[in-house]
Amino acid sequence: MDFDFPNPVKIVQRTARDFARQVVAPLVPEMERSGKFPKPLIKQLAEVGLLGLVTPRRYGGSELGWLARTAAVAEVSKVSAAVGISLQVHHMQSAAVNDWGSKAQKERLLPRMCRGEFLGTCAVTEPTGGSDLVGMASTAARARGGYVLNGSKCYITNAHLCAAPLIIAKTGEGSRGLSAFIIEKGAQGFSLGREEHKMGLLGADTGEFFFKNCRVPESALVADEGEGMKVALKTIGEVGRPGMAAVSLGILEAAFDEAVKFSKSRTLYGKPIAALQAIQWNVADILTDLETARLVCYRASWLKDRGRDCATHMTMAKLYTTEAALRASRKALEIHGGCGTMLDYPVQRCFRDAMVCISAGGTTEVGKIVVSRAALN
Amino acid sequence: MHIIVCVKPVPDPSRFDKLRLDPDTMLLRRDEVPSVINPLDRNALEAAAALKARHKGRVSALAMAAPGALEQLQEALALGCDRACLLTDPAFAGADTLATARVLAAAVRKLGRFDLILCGGYSADGSTGQVGPQLAELLGIPDLTFARSLEIKRKKLHAHCLREERQAVCETELPALVTLDQSANAPRLTPLASLRAAASKKISAWSARDLKLAPSGVGLAGSPTRMLNIFTPPVKRRGEMLQGSPDEAAAQLLERLRKDKVLS
Repeated sequence: MDFDFPNPVKIVQRTARDFARQVVAPLVPEMERSGKFPKPLIKQLAEVGLLGLVTPRRYGGSELGWLARTAAVAEVSKVSAAVGISLQVHHMQSAAVNDWGSKAQKERLLPRMCRGEFLGTCAVTEPTGGSDLVGMASTAARARGGYVLNGSKCYITNAHLCAAPLIIAKTGEGSRGLSAFIIEKGAQGFSLGREEHKMGLLGADTGEFFFKNCRVPESALVADEGEGMKVALKTIGEVGRPGMAAVSLGILEAAFDEAVKFSKSRTLYGKPIAALQAIQWNVADILTDLETARLVCYRASWLKDRGRDCATHMTMAKLYTTEAALRASRKALEIHGGCGTMLDYPVQRCFRDAMVCISAGGTTEVGKIVVSRAALN
Repeated sequence: MHIIVCVKPVPDPSRFDKLRLDPDTMLLRRDEVPSVINPLDRNALEAAAALKARHKGRVSALAMAAPGALEQLQEALALGCDRACLLTDPAFAGADTLATARVLAAAVRKLGRFDLILCGGYSADGSTGQVGPQLAELLGIPDLTFARSLEIKRKKLHAHCLREERQAVCETELPALVTLDQSANAPRLTPLASLRAAASKKISAWSARDLKLAPSGVGLAGSPTRMLNIFTPPVKRRGEMLQGSPDEAAAQLLERLRKDKVLS
């Protein structure tokens, strides 16, 4: 087995690392303070090519594949998980439009998304939750020449940064009763709600959408009517979940680095605390989680690059890595003792960010349902 | 205009703390730290891309390295080079700066007509700064070192070059060789949009035989210098905390410095 990345993936990983250090890192303190996403960063993400990583070249992307995307999102997330989640959610809409959109939708949206005219998003979650897709309340009723949408979406990443979000709404009943739409901002009856204040991932934009008799043309429909469930499940399962796994992998890397740095520099009883077995055991646990998470994340992306069935592996990657990031960042925080609870120490940000990643893209419990079904069926 | 850029893969400087020396061979254990394009060579690639944009023409990248250096040459292609050649042969191993310059000179001759060769001022691992000037000498062309700006006017090269604490304003005929200082420009990050096309380009691999070089002139056999030993000097310094108030500590420090004849 060759565990080395192919050359282009190595270059993507290194470039994403340099971008994160040079461009993203200086923005983090202000993102933490204000909770706002720095809008000029969108163009910078586009210029280096991170926005178009999984978009075909004919639409302005670089088409470098899913392993490259995982490595890039993890590197960015190591410095700022907030920027990492914004990037991975952008890839979700890019992939959904590329997989399911009409030729006209691809030609209209994908080049704009690669150029950084806006960050993409997929709006599924509603105030009643995000796991019960069939039970959603937003509707898209057939009307002359198109549809009329009513309802709301919440906890939508990039909500205020997206010019044309992908929305899932009910056009009928049951699993064939969902459809996907691209709604341009400015459409009558479409409005934005508040910007949410989260405990972690500060600086990632999270917001609400409201639809009140929002009339959209037939051309807004993505895929056929009734295929919204497929669009949502494939996009969440094969792009969103590995994306959150990659964000969590970045958090894990950061937590490990902080744990090692602190345990070597903090002295107790006249020597670094790294000499204490209690600290060594925690560091060993964190590194083991990190290496395991790398393997499960990279393998799942490798499967998708080869066009092989990967949904269960993607879910395992998300399930394992988000939990591992939370476990590791808690241990890293505990290694810091009282210092870990101080905002001056980055390790507390790892812990808060890891906590928010648990529910994004499907909770741990939903992940276990998906994996157990694959195991038992 | 044909510009040739010499590119050296070096261990990632941000991970130098992980570098180890092989105690038997006295060589760096390069497999333990991933290689990157030598940072100052990125300045050279950036300068080449700027000159190509202004004057048209083409850029070729040359690297003398192990086969694994394809990655750095693919990156050079993504950074705007039109062609890349890997000079690789087990016979090149252990080359000092002169033997390296001989291989590069043979490759430059094989590439044919050129106007300008750009190199980084020095490599992050060897830090000799000798390969560029030696290559110019072997090719019989003028060289300017540590340029912090360069431009071509009426077929002449004008450059501002660092000289200790001064700057020299230089002019030379083409063809010429210039080594770049890090202040020459701000190298771009690798544009990922160009990477897939770059990765699909063919990279020529040239051996000693392809370059018509005798084994006695390359690698360790062709190197007039020999590495006899590399070691980390033992540090015998010992820290000592001076006690008392800041004034008392300052007085103690002054007394100690006078006693040790650091101050008179």
